[in-house]
Amino acid sequence: MQDFTEDILELIRRTSTDLPADVEESLRGSLLREEPGSAARGALETILKNVEISRQNSTPICQDTGTPIFYVHYPAGMSTLKLKEQIRNAMVAATRRSYMRPNAVDVLTEKNSGNNLGGDAFPYIHFEESENNELTIELMLKGGGCENVGAQYSLPDSRLGAGRDLPGVRKVVLDAVQKAQGQGCAPGILGVAFGGDRGAGYLASKEVLFGKMDAASPDPKLAELEQQLTSESNQMGIGPMGFGGKTTVLKTRITGLHRLPASYFVSVSYMCWAYRRRKMTIHGDLVTYD
Amino acid sequence: MHTITIPINDETIRSLKVGDPVELNGIMLTGRDTVHKWMIDTFIRKTRSPQGDDLQVYAAIKPLLKNSIIYHCGPVVSGLDSKLYKFVAAGPTTSIREEPYQAEVMKHFNIKGVIGKGGMGFKTLQGCQEAPGVYFHAIGGAASFIAQSVTRVLGVFKLDFGVPEAMWVIEVKDFPVVVTMDAHGQSLHKVIEERSSKVLQGLLAK
Repeated sequence: MQDFTEDILELIRRTSTDLPADVEESLRGSLLREEPGSAARGALETILKNVEISRQNSTPICQDTGTPIFYVHYPAGMSTLKLKEQIRNAMVAATRRSYMRPNAVDVLTEKNSGNNLGGDAFPYIHFEESENNELTIELMLKGGGCENVGAQYSLPDSRLGAGRDLPGVRKVVLDAVQKAQGQGCAPGILGVAFGGDRGAGYLASKEVLFGKMDAASPDPKLAELEQQLTSESNQMGIGPMGFGGKTTVLKTRITGLHRLPASYFVSVSYMCWAYRRRKMTIHGDLVTYD
Repeated sequence: MHTITIPINDETIRSLKVGDPVELNGIMLTGRDTVHKWMIDTFIRKTRSPQGDDLQVYAAIKPLLKNSIIYHCGPVVSGLDSKLYKFVAAGPTTSIREEPYQAEVMKHFNIKGVIGKGGMGFKTLQGCQEAPGVYFHAIGGAASFIAQSVTRVLGVFKLDFGVPEAMWVIEVKDFPVVVTMDAHGQSLHKVIEERSSKVLQGLLAK
C-alpha cells in the first residue's frame, strides 16, 4: 500500500495553520457589524491579523491544537490498520515541527506523552468504506476551551420549560450559549444533534461541523431553526470574546438522530472561532486539499 | 492606551479601569491548571509535602512573581531538543478553571496581574480588590500574533508537567490586553453575564 504519511502531515499543517476561507470571510463580515473602536471590533481585528500571520509563517492559529478528529473514507480493500499507523506517524511528525502542541495527557499519571499519541483513542480516527474509489481524510482540530462549554440536555427539562419538541430544542441550545459566555472563544459555531443516545448525540454534533459555512439542513424546519438560533443567540449580546457585541454565534447546524422512546437528548458542541477543519482527497496519484 | 512595565506598583494597578487597553512589557511567568493546583497543595494549603525540586522551584519563582504577572497559557514551543526555546504560538487559555485557586495564589506570591481569557468569578474579583490586582484579557486563539510579543524565553520550571503545563519565564514587549476586571470591584464579565441572562429569560418565555 502507498505511504500517505507526508500527505497527511500536510493536511495537519494546513488544518492547524491555515483557517478555511469560508470561516475567515464570515469573521470579516462580523467585524463590520461591530462598532468602530469597540473592544469587540478590536478582538476581531486581532483575530484576523492572527489568521494572516499563522498562514504566512505556518504556525498554529491557536496554541491549543485541540483534539485531532479524523474521518477517513477509504476505497474497498485498503488497510485501515496501515492508514491508522500513517496518521499516527504524521501526528508525531507534526508535533515535532510545532504544527501541533503535545496535547495528550495520561489522565491517571498526568504525564503528557509529548507526541500527541495517547492510547488507542488519541488521535480519534473514524473509518468508513467509501462508495467510490477515492480516499478522503477529513481533519478537525477542536480546542479544549470550546469543548468544555459543550452541553447535553435530557428533555423534558422543567427548569427551562423545554419539552420534547423543536421549541424545546431551541430553549436548551439558547441556554447552552448563555452559559458558555465568551469562554468558548466566541464568536462560535454551534453543532447540535437531537435524538440518539448520549454517545451518538455528541458524535453527531461534531460531525455536522465538518460542513461548510453556507451549508444548511436539508429539512426546511431544521434549516429555519438553525437561522433562528443564530439570530437569537446574537440577541444576547455576549459578543466576540465575551466583550459584549453583536456577534456571539456565526452559524448553527442541526441534525437529528433516531432515539429510543424513553430518551430525548439534545447535544451541543460549541466550536470556537478558530474553526479548523480541512479535507484531503486522494484519487490515484493526485492529492488535493480543500 | 496604557503602557505598563513589570514590576508593577499598586498605584499603577489602581489607575486601571475595566475597558482600558494595555500593552505589557517585562518578565512574567506562564502558569495554568497543574501549576495552580501544585502551588495551592504544596505551599499554600499544604496538603501535600514538597517533593523533588519543589522547594528549589518555589525559591526561584517567588522573586519572579512578586509584583509581576501570571499568564494562563500553554504555549507551543520550538527548540525543545536544543533548549533554544522559542514561543511559536501562545494565546491565553480559559481562566475560570483557576477560580478556586487564583485569589490565594495572587496573595501568596504578591502577583499584581493575571492574563487569561473568558474572565473569572467573584472570588478572584475580591482578590483583585485586596491585592490590589487586575485581570487582563488577551484575545483567545490569537496565538501566532501574541507569540510575536514574546521576545525571549528566559527559562522553564517544571517541564515534567508537560510543555503546556510548565512554568515558562518569558520576556514580553507590547503584549496587547484589555482590563476586564479591575481593583475597584468592577468586572465586564459580570455585566455581560447578567445582561445576557435577562435576554435569555425573555427568549425562554416566548
